[in-house]
Amino acid sequence: MDDWLTSILIFLPVAGAFLCMLVPLERFVVGSLALLVALVEVGFWIESVIRFDFGAGLQFEQQVTWFSDLNVSYHVGLFGFSLWLVGLTTVVVAAAIAYAFWTGRDRARAYYPLLLLLLGATVGVFSSQDLLLFYVFFEAMLIPLYVLVGVWGGAGRLRATFLIIAYTMAGSLLMLVAIIALGLTHGTFDLIDSGTSDSSWIFLGFVAAFAVKAPLFPFHAWLPEAYREAPPEVAAVLSGVISKAAAFGFLRIAIPKFPGPTDDFRIVILTLAAVGLVYGSLLAFRAPDVRGVIAYSSLAQMGLITLGLFAGNDLGYDGAVLQMVVHGLVSATLFLLAGGIERRAATGELLLVGGMARGRPILATMLMTTGVIALAVPGSSAFAGEFLILAGVFDRHWLYAAIGAAAIVLAAMYMLRLISAVLHRERGSAVSDAALDLRPAELGFLVPLVGLLLALSVWPAAVSEHSFAGDDASVVVQQNFRAAGR
Amino acid sequence: MIPRPDVDWYVLSPVLALLAAAGLALLLSVFVPRWARRATGAVLATAGFATAGVLAAFVFRDSGTPTFEVGDAVTRDRWALYAQLLVCGAGVLAVLVSYAERMPDDHIGEYYALLATAGAGMCFFVQAENLMTLFLGLEWFSICLYILCAIDMQIVGSLEAGLKYLVIGAFGSATLLFGSALVYGSTGELEFHAIAREAQVDDALFVAGVAMMLVGFGYKASAAPFHQWTPDVYEGAPTPVTAFMSAATKVAALVVMLRVLRVAFPMEAHLWTVALSVIATVSLVIGNVAALVQKGVKRMLAYSSVSNAGFMLIAIVANSELGARALLYYLVPYCAMSVGAFAVVAARERELRAPVTLDNLAGFGWERPFLGIAMWIFMLGFAGFPLTGGFLAKFYVFSAAYDSGWTWLVIVGAGATLVSLYYYLGVVRALYMRSPLELRIAPAGGSPPRETLLQTGVVLCVAVTVGSFFAAEPLIDLARHAAESIPFD
Repeated sequence: MDDWLTSILIFLPVAGAFLCMLVPLERFVVGSLALLVALVEVGFWIESVIRFDFGAGLQFEQQVTWFSDLNVSYHVGLFGFSLWLVGLTTVVVAAAIAYAFWTGRDRARAYYPLLLLLLGATVGVFSSQDLLLFYVFFEAMLIPLYVLVGVWGGAGRLRATFLIIAYTMAGSLLMLVAIIALGLTHGTFDLIDSGTSDSSWIFLGFVAAFAVKAPLFPFHAWLPEAYREAPPEVAAVLSGVISKAAAFGFLRIAIPKFPGPTDDFRIVILTLAAVGLVYGSLLAFRAPDVRGVIAYSSLAQMGLITLGLFAGNDLGYDGAVLQMVVHGLVSATLFLLAGGIERRAATGELLLVGGMARGRPILATMLMTTGVIALAVPGSSAFAGEFLILAGVFDRHWLYAAIGAAAIVLAAMYMLRLISAVLHRERGSAVSDAALDLRPAELGFLVPLVGLLLALSVWPAAVSEHSFAGDDASVVVQQNFRAAGR
Repeated sequence: MIPRPDVDWYVLSPVLALLAAAGLALLLSVFVPRWARRATGAVLATAGFATAGVLAAFVFRDSGTPTFEVGDAVTRDRWALYAQLLVCGAGVLAVLVSYAERMPDDHIGEYYALLATAGAGMCFFVQAENLMTLFLGLEWFSICLYILCAIDMQIVGSLEAGLKYLVIGAFGSATLLFGSALVYGSTGELEFHAIAREAQVDDALFVAGVAMMLVGFGYKASAAPFHQWTPDVYEGAPTPVTAFMSAATKVAALVVMLRVLRVAFPMEAHLWTVALSVIATVSLVIGNVAALVQKGVKRMLAYSSVSNAGFMLIAIVANSELGARALLYYLVPYCAMSVGAFAVVAARERELRAPVTLDNLAGFGWERPFLGIAMWIFMLGFAGFPLTGGFLAKFYVFSAAYDSGWTWLVIVGAGATLVSLYYYLGVVRALYMRSPLELRIAPAGGSPPRETLLQTGVVLCVAVTVGSFFAAEPLIDLARHAAESIPFD
């Protein structure tokens, strides 16, 4: 019951952040220190995978009363799927820190602490077992994100931060009201102890927050701005990890706590997800720049994941969790590659870059490999995830599966367009011969990401069959994670 | 012969300690040489507030069920003592912020004496148990504040601020007094408990009296639509005075408001909850919308204090023990954030020798990292972000309101919070995301003055703002003990 591992995973980066911020060190030392903390964090995550018992429910649990008045406690622990999401977070943020270190971000004593705080908060989201604690971490993610985009972002950063805050906070505050309503009705804010509810309003409060954060169509207006204006490594974290917090919220709170409303609104949400999937894919196909393609493909992929979650059966849940991890790795890799391309060409406009494959074989290989996985070529990990999701949602209605399958074709179209626009065609005017191939340091953070993707391609069941205790994901969710709770 | 009531000196000791400090500060400023006046006054005022705080803590420990002392004129209960602790805390912080304020030396003794006297008045006000002591306490601290606002006649607008506050404040006091007279006329009683016994709900005079008293409290708490004085006075008054006023006055006004409503007018709850819910909504709307367009940081903070009054009124509207706890909890981080934010403004003001606007805050966060981060924390706290007590305060207030069935008020509050993000984060944007070059601000020149005392004050404010988030349990326990003194059925 009282296991410190989860708390270490949450607070180690926070402690590292304070260390980086308060001790006056050189930029190089601060960067190395932050990277070291991130790698130690990955180490602790590996330790937790080794110690994790995939047959049981909540593990590494810790509970301390926060205020007894309303039965709120600091209650953390990990389920199988949260373990994978925590792993995704630690790996992607470590890669992002490595990228930032490589590019030599200025104001290092502010930059790295913020990234580490973001890491701690995100791990907190995936491991909290108390509604209020969940909200605290959910909001705490926003604070470093706001500054990271607002200070180090591109020319349109102020507008981008405004959109991020306005959209996500509108959703979050509705969720806060919903949390208060749910918590007071049950007399406890504990996620394990509290029962289910039939209130559609409370359900919609949660859905609003998650739909904006994911984002789902039509709540995505902040997404292109944010993903374009953020520094590339922050965009990688944003689309790779932060968006998964929303999917996690659906899986951990919205669906299990509200079985009735989930059924009532299932068609609406599935439809929105399907529309988002197609619409995002089409926009990605039309996007004029590298980051635009990745940003809109992220919108499409979140629609796909939501399809899986609201399919409401074993295949759907397993596939959604797998796809969350895979898409997290894919989009993080793509954003870091986009950052590399932008550094070389000083622009991400598809018309101005081109022909980069010539003389840059490593860049070509990395982009090609990631792109091919992203378009879900059979045998890739993304294919496994998408197949599971489509098979799951087929049970609801064949139409969703048909739309999803069509979207995979669209994914092939936009990814191939991206690959050919960057690597092939004639040499773009912004690409000079002097622009180097990927440096060894860049490979240092790209190879592990791609390696993980390849590993998951070989053995996708590592995630998809080790996410829920027992064999039946839908039973675990239906029981509100309770049977597995203790 | 008039019977002399038994005087419980112990319960009056915080008030007396502050008065003694004020008297000493006045006397000594005549005797000590000119160069030592500032230090003498500051030390005496700090000692006064600290002693009063310690005494209040002792009385808090030794008080159980509420009793009436000094001829039933004052209450001895933990509700009042909790408020006294907050007032004393705000007082100490205000002195720390005041010390390096550029102010002519010839009135410095009076300044600290008035600060301590105003604190004493607030401590007395929160203990009031009948209509006489209520009005006495109100005027006591109000008059001190009128003078404090106008004390630095070299600041443009200071005198104007004092005069405005005097005129409008006097109008508010008069309304309260008139209301009290009507209530007395209808019930024939002065003590709050007795009023509750004799209340005639269908008596128009009585209801009018309650309404006028509400309005009077509304003026002091700067709840809209009785807030018109707030922006001008907050802007014109010397910044340390604004800091003290924004925190301590709000504590006194809201704490007493809840006590009077609950103790004297429990039978009229169906009336005043509705009235207050309207006032709270108006405060939230006006405060937040007006704050959006402010350029001056002090004016913006003034409107933010109007909107915070709205949030705290929601706790009173809840009309439950949870609501009372929520109010008491809310006041702790609120005081810290408010004093802290004005302290940072004061620091920038001294550096620039000009009023602080959003434009000339640009780059401040990078120039003075500690004050920048502190300001950032205060703004996040006001906006209700986690890791600050401001978040839990809002959560508590919303919970109390929801628990009492005021769901629509919760939604209004959530909407107001959303709007407020724009101007609170606007400060963060100015601190970190705009460069002074881009805005063509002339550098102040030279390294900024080192102000250990002000920075100590800011450290304390940050500690309370963040600490009240993590150590919520002990604070809520204190609030629970305090709220038990107020009868809820």
